[in-house]
Amino acid sequence: MTQLALVIDLNVCVGCHACVTSCKEWNTSGEAGFLADDNPYGRDPTGTFFNRVQTFEVGEFPDTQTVHFPKSCLHCEDPPCVPVCPTGASYKRPEDGIVLVDYDKCIGCKYCAWACPYGVRELDEHQKVMKKCTLCVDRITDTKLPEAERKPACVLACPTNARLYGDIHDEESIVSKAIREAAGYQLMPEWGTQPANHYLPRRAPAKPAAAASGTTNPLDIDGPMPQAAEARS
Amino acid sequence: MNPAFSVVLLTTLIGAGQGLFLAMFGIEAAAAASWIDAPAAGFYVCGSALSVLLLGGGLLASFFHLGHPERAWRAIAMWRASWLSREVIVLPAFIAAVAAYGLLHWLDCDATLLTGIAGALLCLLLFWCTGMIYACIKFLQEWASPLTLVNFTLLGSASGLMLAAALSELRGDAHAAVLAGWALGLTIAGFFTRGAALLRNDRLKPKSTLQSAIGINHPKVVQKAQGFMGGSFSTREFFHGRGPGTLRRVKWLFIAAAFVVPALLAASYLDGGGSGPLLAALLIQFGGLVAERWFFFAQANHPQNLYYQAVS
Amino acid sequence: MSASAQTADQTETRNTTCYMCACRCGIRVHLKNGEVRYIEGNPEHPLNQGVICAKGASGIMKQYSPARLTQPLRRKAGAERGANEFEPISWDEAFRVMEERLRKIRSTDPKKFALFTGRDQMQALTGLFARQFGTPNYAAHGGFCSVNMAAGMIYSIGGSFWEFGGPDLDRAKLFVMIGTAEDHHSNPLKIALSKFKRNGGKFISINPVRTGYSAVADEWIPIRPGTDGALLLALNHELLTQGLYDREFLAQYSNAGYLVNMDESSDQFGMIVCDEQAEEKNPHRKHQQLWWDRHANHAVINHTAGSDPALTGSYKLADGTPVKPAFELLRERLMEYTPEWAASITGIDAATIRRLAHEMGVTARDQKIELPIAWTDSWGRKHDKVTGNPVAFHAMRGLAAHSNGFQTIRALSILMSLLGTIDRPGGFRHKAPFPRSTPPVYARNPNDPSAIKPDTPLGGAPLGFPGGPEDLFVDENGGPVRLDKAFSWEHPLAVHGMMHNAITNAWRGDPYRIDTLLIFMANMAWNSTMNTVEVRKMLNDKDASGEYKIPFLIVCDAFQSEMTAFADLILPDTTYLERHDVMSMLDRPISEFDGPVDSVRVPVVPPKGECKPFQEVLVELAGRLKFPAFTKPDGSRKFKDYPDFIVNFETEPGSGQGFLIGWRGKDGDKALVGEPNPKQWEMYANNNCVYHHVMPESYQYMRNWNQEYSDWAHQMKLRRFPDPVIIQIYAEVLQKFRRAAKGHGKRVPPAHLRERITTYFDPLPFYYAPLEVQATDAAQYPLAAITQRPMAMYHSWDSQNAWLRQIHAHNYLFVNEKTAMAEGIADGDWIWVESAHGRVRCMCRHSNAVEPGTVWTWNAIGKAQGAWSLAPEANEARRGFLLNHLITEELPAGEGRTISNSDPITGQAGWYDVRVRIRKAGADEAKETFPQFAPLTTLPGMNPVRRLWQGFVAGKGEFK
Repeated sequence: MTQLALVIDLNVCVGCHACVTSCKEWNTSGEAGFLADDNPYGRDPTGTFFNRVQTFEVGEFPDTQTVHFPKSCLHCEDPPCVPVCPTGASYKRPEDGIVLVDYDKCIGCKYCAWACPYGVRELDEHQKVMKKCTLCVDRITDTKLPEAERKPACVLACPTNARLYGDIHDEESIVSKAIREAAGYQLMPEWGTQPANHYLPRRAPAKPAAAASGTTNPLDIDGPMPQAAEARS
Repeated sequence: MNPAFSVVLLTTLIGAGQGLFLAMFGIEAAAAASWIDAPAAGFYVCGSALSVLLLGGGLLASFFHLGHPERAWRAIAMWRASWLSREVIVLPAFIAAVAAYGLLHWLDCDATLLTGIAGALLCLLLFWCTGMIYACIKFLQEWASPLTLVNFTLLGSASGLMLAAALSELRGDAHAAVLAGWALGLTIAGFFTRGAALLRNDRLKPKSTLQSAIGINHPKVVQKAQGFMGGSFSTREFFHGRGPGTLRRVKWLFIAAAFVVPALLAASYLDGGGSGPLLAALLIQFGGLVAERWFFFAQANHPQNLYYQAVS
Repeated sequence: MSASAQTADQTETRNTTCYMCACRCGIRVHLKNGEVRYIEGNPEHPLNQGVICAKGASGIMKQYSPARLTQPLRRKAGAERGANEFEPISWDEAFRVMEERLRKIRSTDPKKFALFTGRDQMQALTGLFARQFGTPNYAAHGGFCSVNMAAGMIYSIGGSFWEFGGPDLDRAKLFVMIGTAEDHHSNPLKIALSKFKRNGGKFISINPVRTGYSAVADEWIPIRPGTDGALLLALNHELLTQGLYDREFLAQYSNAGYLVNMDESSDQFGMIVCDEQAEEKNPHRKHQQLWWDRHANHAVINHTAGSDPALTGSYKLADGTPVKPAFELLRERLMEYTPEWAASITGIDAATIRRLAHEMGVTARDQKIELPIAWTDSWGRKHDKVTGNPVAFHAMRGLAAHSNGFQTIRALSILMSLLGTIDRPGGFRHKAPFPRSTPPVYARNPNDPSAIKPDTPLGGAPLGFPGGPEDLFVDENGGPVRLDKAFSWEHPLAVHGMMHNAITNAWRGDPYRIDTLLIFMANMAWNSTMNTVEVRKMLNDKDASGEYKIPFLIVCDAFQSEMTAFADLILPDTTYLERHDVMSMLDRPISEFDGPVDSVRVPVVPPKGECKPFQEVLVELAGRLKFPAFTKPDGSRKFKDYPDFIVNFETEPGSGQGFLIGWRGKDGDKALVGEPNPKQWEMYANNNCVYHHVMPESYQYMRNWNQEYSDWAHQMKLRRFPDPVIIQIYAEVLQKFRRAAKGHGKRVPPAHLRERITTYFDPLPFYYAPLEVQATDAAQYPLAAITQRPMAMYHSWDSQNAWLRQIHAHNYLFVNEKTAMAEGIADGDWIWVESAHGRVRCMCRHSNAVEPGTVWTWNAIGKAQGAWSLAPEANEARRGFLLNHLITEELPAGEGRTISNSDPITGQAGWYDVRVRIRKAGADEAKETFPQFAPLTTLPGMNPVRRLWQGFVAGKGEFK
């Protein structure tokens, strides 16, 4: 069984928000219906977005990590938002594991949002239906697009290629390999939701190769050589 | 959570409606067992009408919670999985049962007791469904407890019994004292079970932390930006926006108004205080239960809030 | 939607080039019924390879912004300037007004017309316009952007970062980023950084703040702002004393072995000694400098076969002149710059500095790259391989925007050179047309006031690269000729001009008053100016006769802004989706390491309302005013419009060199040079709007000294001469100014500037505290305050963008948690930030990702009320703030004089130098930012603003 997912590499995400707005522009004119913006030019502008990039500081100065953290629907393998939906509007596609909302069935009761621990569902305040990341289902299944472009808009946009996309049930997929090799993890594992989306942690760089032997020091010519106590090479 | 007034009203109104029905059915059953004298049919008719009114009012309130109320009928579809769907089926069925119960009493038919048994089952089922809507969300740890079911049942019943007692008293029926006694008992029981929930919730250790939310195990993780600055659905729906002081005040308010004061007033009524204390107990308790329900929602700390702590 | 309705939709995709920032990525614009549906990166574009950033993906909201201007506007008769009262006029009328006014100025005193442009990507055209007009008073925003970075490196290694060159992260093993904010160089750097990290490279970021790129650094080294020079000098010290430098590289490719005259009694003291008898290779540059051959133990002309220069020691020439190799002087200079010395200045401990130097040096030395690519050097020697040392750097405004930036960047250039990483694999690589000569004498500004004549083009380029005092643009008294005082003794190497002083100088009449100021795409009344509050007053100030001190102000922009409010005439520009543009090799192309690249924009949607591209305005005015380059011999107009100009303009008649390098020649079969091709635009449009000329591998490395490349570049007019570009370890150009300050030569600085010239024009890098820091009481103002640009917002441009402004609606001052607590300031508190020049009130955000002596905020998020079509109560105006209010554009210079708050060498605005203090705002004070300004209102012709909500869906015609 296929389970499509995003794997987000925190090791290279620089927090540029490209995924946020490329998602917005693709989807606002797409099959999800517009993604409204309230007070677009006024106080406290607020709109519907499927994807957000957050920033966290870890540790204390000077040992601080700044972590940029993109978050959208994680397309859980056991999505708690689906069984609670009274109308069946919220569903998980058996063929590819994408969690979707049928906007014609949604009654806007928000119960699915309550039942999602990750805060990734947003009720559209004007269409009054629940919206969320669709993994750009209207792109990835569009056979009119060239194969290479049948990917979510955020994945195509990401300048650091921090968003990998593929089938996590396929052992050989780029995402499965990334999860295996870079210790990919899931958010809030304590609830057993088994998010399909994974995150790759920060990783230490490779150790530099050992110094080449027989190197010469130009100070042999230019002198003076560093004193033994100072010499570090 | 940010308490939605529609849901607060829905749960408190139907709770009272359910309790009122249980009171009538209890009286009829006791009378059938000849433990007490049967009241006049008017008691059932009035009570059922009132109960239907409360249940209908709750149903109506629930529509205000929906983005697309015209599609509400669709909500019966997923009864196999969704407690909300089940509630949507059971609530109208129960309303129908209560209406039938009242009608049969009015028409003086024989089937009232049987209808009452069916209604009582539906009533308990409805308590179960309503409670489970909240109790089944396991990561809303304040709700995910059998106490949620117990409290929905006891508090709804207490307010319904209080209403039945008041109705009986106003109608001059003979059972007001019995009903008030039951209401007092349920109020005291509710005080303990709701108190138990409060104690439990105070000691809850959130299973989710910022560390598990973003998967970074470091004792000091602080959010600096949530990705937007003017708020979003996630900040409006899940934050009540009130300070801890407000929450504390509402807690003491509902402990007093839903339990202590009505219990004292009911006791005073039983002590021969006349209808005044009973009516006051009814009104104060209902107000207290509205506050209790508001608190029930507000106190629930949704783990998604971990992701929405700061802007910059 | 029914199937038939879907098929009825007109959809099409057109390629063009982004302009949501200065990165210039290729984009595909999808249109639905004529409305922009989706903008994505073009996968076939070499620069961004299909990716796009947050800004680029939000272009739709710029295109349909309610802040768009749609018709020419004139200040209403009787309305005060700045009162924001305008009436629409026709373009005919606008051109009539401008033509009349400009013709009069041009035929009397052309310098009274000043043209300053902001985020201008057409400086080759705007500069040409100014030159043809005959005014020297032209510059773009480089003077306050990063001119130190350009000048410091171009004068040292013949190239610089960003579009001029960059780190070769495909092969580097260690990457050090120092003083780089979020945005330079946006998508290409993000792409490269990610690959570099995934390949296991180590990324070190040196920055006072850890955000953006620094966030993913493997090591963050916090540093105090403005002290990078001290760190770099100490790193150089360590490399030198430990012998971790690439001796071979320095000896062969830099002037390290050149002998410097040490005879203090001579007027040649400090100059490099040449063999005057030897044959000259280039009339503009000497190449006969002497080495001391360490084997033969006597002086030889550099690169004499069989010789090897001594880099250290002290020698005497045959005529008795004492000399030292330049490297020896560097060594002596660096002796005092120990890690311990730098530790106290930078806040980085000495052990870390040592470790850093060691890591750089050992990586460079021990992880050499060899590529089997044969090449020939400038001295005819054949090499069978290209080698490289895999340590790469990137730096930008964090080094540049300090008044000690030039010398800091000299120190960086030398560090990169000591490591042997210039135009070699794994290190720094040039991008065409760079490398260019050192000193960079390929563009010359005029050097005499007589270059300005009525009705005559300027006798030189408005902006050039002075090679010595003889190239300064000064009058007989040594006073400035340019309004902004660039190329004067105050700022001799101000190669990008000094736009940041133009308004103050014009207002004061120092050096003179002007008549008309034309501002294009620059918000000089807000975030593009220092001392904003006062500059806004200057724009409105009148003299005793009631005339505005700046009599006529024309503003061309696509959007209503703080600046348009001060205009007498507003010209509505198009957006980038509505016009032709070129990213020209004559200007700022988008070349790759492997060869020259230029690109174009083509209109993908029609102009809104009466919007007209600024280029068309210039070509039209140039035709009307009959500029020689725009007029046929019979006096008629030479160019129909801008596209026609681009295709047919040649730098000289018949030169075959024009704005675009692709598809030249009658049939479009020539590259770089060739006769004009009438179908050039079409060919660009059919080829992703980009032309990428990939050079043979043997041309791609060591280009400073690669003879085959140099010859080709010379033929292709990328370089004037094919001579080697020698790395300037010792910058003799600077010594020429010092000599003048000592009284030698024809031109000497005015007495009051001699000490300044002597101090700062040191041919070897040195550290000094930024000028403003020197002038500020550190006890009163202990904190450095800086800004950086967020990746999702470009200057003030994007607050009118409904999507991007949700990400950055207002800004906080980030303060180290402990620093804030020490002042009793809690997270989120309202605070006052005060400098010696002004104060702002804003909100504080605690942070552990900022050095304790630094506070910072996102740049240009704060807006004036009502500007950019935002509601007066918008976050940007009420909770957003501008740090510019705290920064001065001038410093006292003694004897009642003022001088620009800029680098004394290049005139780079020192806007990262301000020092501040913070304190908690009173509980009774307003919870909004200070200062506030009177709200701006909507201008005639602007679309009504959707105040409550909008739901954008392309193709319905609601936003067109």
